[in-house]
Amino acid sequence: MMESVVEIFNTGAKYIIPLLLAGIPCYGILRKVKVYEVFVEGAKDGFDIAMRIIPYLVAILVAIGMFRASGALDMFISAVSPVLDLIGFPSENLLLALMRPLSGGGSFGLLSDLVKEYGADSLFAKIGATMFGSTETTFYVLAVYFGSVGIKRVRHALIAGLIADIVGILSAVYICRFLFEK
Amino acid sequence: MLNYIWFGMILISVVVGSATGKIDAVTKAAINSAELAVELAIGLIGIMALWLGIMRIADKSGLVDIIAWLVQPITLTLFPEIPPEHPAIGSIVLNMAANVLGLGNAATPLGLKAMQELQELNPDKDTATNSMCTFLAINTSSVQLILPATVVALMGVSASQIFLPTIFATSMSTIAGIIAVKTLQNLKPFKREEN
Repeated sequence: MMESVVEIFNTGAKYIIPLLLAGIPCYGILRKVKVYEVFVEGAKDGFDIAMRIIPYLVAILVAIGMFRASGALDMFISAVSPVLDLIGFPSENLLLALMRPLSGGGSFGLLSDLVKEYGADSLFAKIGATMFGSTETTFYVLAVYFGSVGIKRVRHALIAGLIADIVGILSAVYICRFLFEK
Repeated sequence: MLNYIWFGMILISVVVGSATGKIDAVTKAAINSAELAVELAIGLIGIMALWLGIMRIADKSGLVDIIAWLVQPITLTLFPEIPPEHPAIGSIVLNMAANVLGLGNAATPLGLKAMQELQELNPDKDTATNSMCTFLAINTSSVQLILPATVVALMGVSASQIFLPTIFATSMSTIAGIIAVKTLQNLKPFKREEN
């Protein structure tokens, strides 16, 4: 039963990207959008985003690279793993989980590090990518949104946001372990 | 906070590296990682361009409006404090729809507009209203169904496997955020003093 769920998932997953690549332009054509021109115009942003993330990637990849090379990351992982093992949380994903609510650029850097270190097809990278996609930079969003209208007392917004992050992060771990762990 | 984490990592690396005799490796890692960061970012351009191009078509063809129409009824029940005809509802709905499609750049201005309209309904301009907290709890829990271009580019072919788990995890976090915000809003330390 469990195996067949995973199997159906894997077959379905193959079609998601092709479906979006064909389906969205298809809808665009129906709505009389000049799909080719609009595509090219949107694609230009790829370059800008890459340029924009470079400083964050340099900052985080240098810090995590040094941290790993010094042996400090291994110490950190062996220190936290007895506790994390109890709840089935991979220690390799802890830094990303802690960074996620604080910084989008920083957590993307840590996700890149997981992909570089273990490969995009690894469980750690998949858990990381799911964490990254399913939660937001809570502190930043609250600061920008409340700051824009001059709210000083945020009441329960921060706690609710962090509860949502914790649930999102744990869900990411468990769903990925269920689907991808062999 | 971020300043201390980043600085702490570098300081600890140098101290631990010196103690364990791996200081050469630490230096090498710093130099190599800086170089790699740029290579990595450049390598992402192609897939990001592809993804952003497709998502621009989604944006221009008004897919946002369809999603908005779908989330409208949910929004009305989540924000009982806002009068149904108030413009804030429209901005919240469009912001959520843009977030669902992962159109971050389009979502933020709509979200800030929603905050302004919610602030108009606020009798005490310094303190967040229930609606504001609910709106931000949903927003910070991320309601994204389409992955951001950066993640698609980074994960490459493996990205296809991440869509459904992400939808699952983000649904869980949004549900948790809504339950948390609705429970906490009436608890004593958070309750608004009505005047």
